[in-house]
Amino acid sequence: MKLRCGGASLFEIFGIPSTALFGQLLVGLINGSFYALLSLGLAVIFGMLNIINFTHGAQYMMGAFAAFLLLDYFDIGYWPALVLVPIVVGAIGIAIERVFLQWLYRLDHLYGLLLTFGLALIIEGAFRQRFGSSGLPYRVPESLQGRQDLGFMFLPNYRAWVIAVSAVVCFGTWFVIERTKLGAYLRAATENPTLVRAFGINVPRMIMLTYGFGVALAAFAGVLAAPIYNVSPQMGSELIIVVFAVVVIGGMGSILGAIITGFGLGIIEGLTKVFFPEASNTVIFVIMAIVLLIRPAGLFGRGA
Amino acid sequence: MVAENIAITGKSARASHIAIASTVMVAVLVLGPLPPFNLYPVDLMRALCLALFACAFNLLIGYGGLLSFGHAMFFGWASYVAAHFAKVGSISLPYWVGMWNWVVIPLPPLTPELAILAGTAFAGVLGVIAGSLAIRRQGIYFAMITLALAQMMYFFALQAKFTGGEDGIQAVPRGRLFGVIDLADNTAMYVFVAAVFLAAFILIYRIVHSPFGEVLKAIRENEPRAISLGYKTERYKLVAFVLSATLAGLAGATKAIAIGLASLSDVQWQMSGEVVLMTLVGGLGTIFGPVVGAAIIVAMQTQLVSFGEWVTIIQGIIFVACVLLFRRGVVGELAALLRIRL
Repeated sequence: MKLRCGGASLFEIFGIPSTALFGQLLVGLINGSFYALLSLGLAVIFGMLNIINFTHGAQYMMGAFAAFLLLDYFDIGYWPALVLVPIVVGAIGIAIERVFLQWLYRLDHLYGLLLTFGLALIIEGAFRQRFGSSGLPYRVPESLQGRQDLGFMFLPNYRAWVIAVSAVVCFGTWFVIERTKLGAYLRAATENPTLVRAFGINVPRMIMLTYGFGVALAAFAGVLAAPIYNVSPQMGSELIIVVFAVVVIGGMGSILGAIITGFGLGIIEGLTKVFFPEASNTVIFVIMAIVLLIRPAGLFGRGA
Repeated sequence: MVAENIAITGKSARASHIAIASTVMVAVLVLGPLPPFNLYPVDLMRALCLALFACAFNLLIGYGGLLSFGHAMFFGWASYVAAHFAKVGSISLPYWVGMWNWVVIPLPPLTPELAILAGTAFAGVLGVIAGSLAIRRQGIYFAMITLALAQMMYFFALQAKFTGGEDGIQAVPRGRLFGVIDLADNTAMYVFVAAVFLAAFILIYRIVHSPFGEVLKAIRENEPRAISLGYKTERYKLVAFVLSATLAGLAGATKAIAIGLASLSDVQWQMSGEVVLMTLVGGLGTIFGPVVGAAIIVAMQTQLVSFGEWVTIIQGIIFVACVLLFRRGVVGELAALLRIRL
């Protein structure tokens, strides 16, 4: 049933050319990958530390910048960066947890939000001071250049890779937390840290590593994003607010919920760009308002 | 009997501390623009509007325990509405008949006090909508919801026609107060802004020390207990939110008239962060804290204006330092040192 017309197809769905529709769906899936990766990290961190990590956006930006700097100064390409950057930025995250966050666990949640907000300002300000506000380009790696003709649209290889790898990483994280022994420890420590400590498990270290892992996820997302969006100091703060709305919609109770909400909202946002472009910036916030009216605990939430 | 006496002396002692602190504040307001201080009235007006903004914000976090991370939407939108009514007046509303059309209600530009009222009222209505959504969740979620709603209002401000997008609404005329007093003169404008600030400050003091304020503090300390005592806490929280939003709107609207500009920077998330910072530096839950905090932050911004991004970095450092080292803020630490409540 493929209607081909000079390479690109030209059939219409609801009066919209299919290439535009699928193109925006693809953009939506890409955005959804980042929403999923970032809200997943936020949910994992919140589960263990009871802190909403406002620095998450800045850490995502650091990931993208780290990839850019590795290429620019050390000629280290995309593939090594994909492994190195999450480790380096995750280590910085662990340092942040040791120096700042560990003093806050007994206090009101709000102080964690305020402290990480302050850290985000420092990091973003420092990068803007050093690199300016304009975006820096990062090339798509050679092995992922080119695109596939799917008949109804062209699929750039790199974008396919981003969607696939984020889905794998998201579900891998879900698997580790929900289906392995390590994950069982984590969940137990989330429920009752004192009891888990009594069983001889080093909970503070587990908290530290969890934060490092959450930050590494953000940095990984940053490296993935570098060839798609321009690398700029404010790329994280713009994204993190949307991710907060995603988290409110999904509720942070469930890992799978965070993943599904992330991808789903990305797709809805993409479709909005086709049918009602003026609302594409705000659609996620509007959905958040509707969800709050109908199901205040969030789609996958367990109580407020 | 003894307890009653203590309560009475405690109350009068508190009243005298407040009286002294208020006198100092008024003295600063009066002497600030005069020699030998010679502070520039426009800077002072900006500081006063931000101080009022911080006081309004503090009403919610300091006494209701609700951290709003989106107060810029009230401040910024009120300043847009006030600026529009002071400069243009006419209202264009879209309606849909097969396509979008505009119905224009022709209005002359309003006098400044009416423009400010319009902006304030708009912030109040926005507060009702945002508040009734946000109070459905607590703690961390409340902060994220207000931040997201504010970001939505930011995009509306960016896309709406009357806001002027990236340019904002510039060269807003100050006009004649009540159609009589010319505010183009900086001194007249300053006196007006100071009067608005003091009136709102007294109102906030009255709210905090009213039975309503006491219930609000009870909710902050222990919400389940307040519920079990029969208080409809949701309603109290909503009223506190709307009051705070309205007063933040008053600050924004007054700023738009005094400075003559309504711009995107007033609705951006950075502004929401700034008001949190001012209140935190001064002292959460203290009457004078937000004023002191606003003065410190505005002074810092004015001093460091040539250092570019360093302002952001220093603000971040102050945030971190306040959370880790002085959670009570300047006024809170001072009050603890002197064992009084300010």
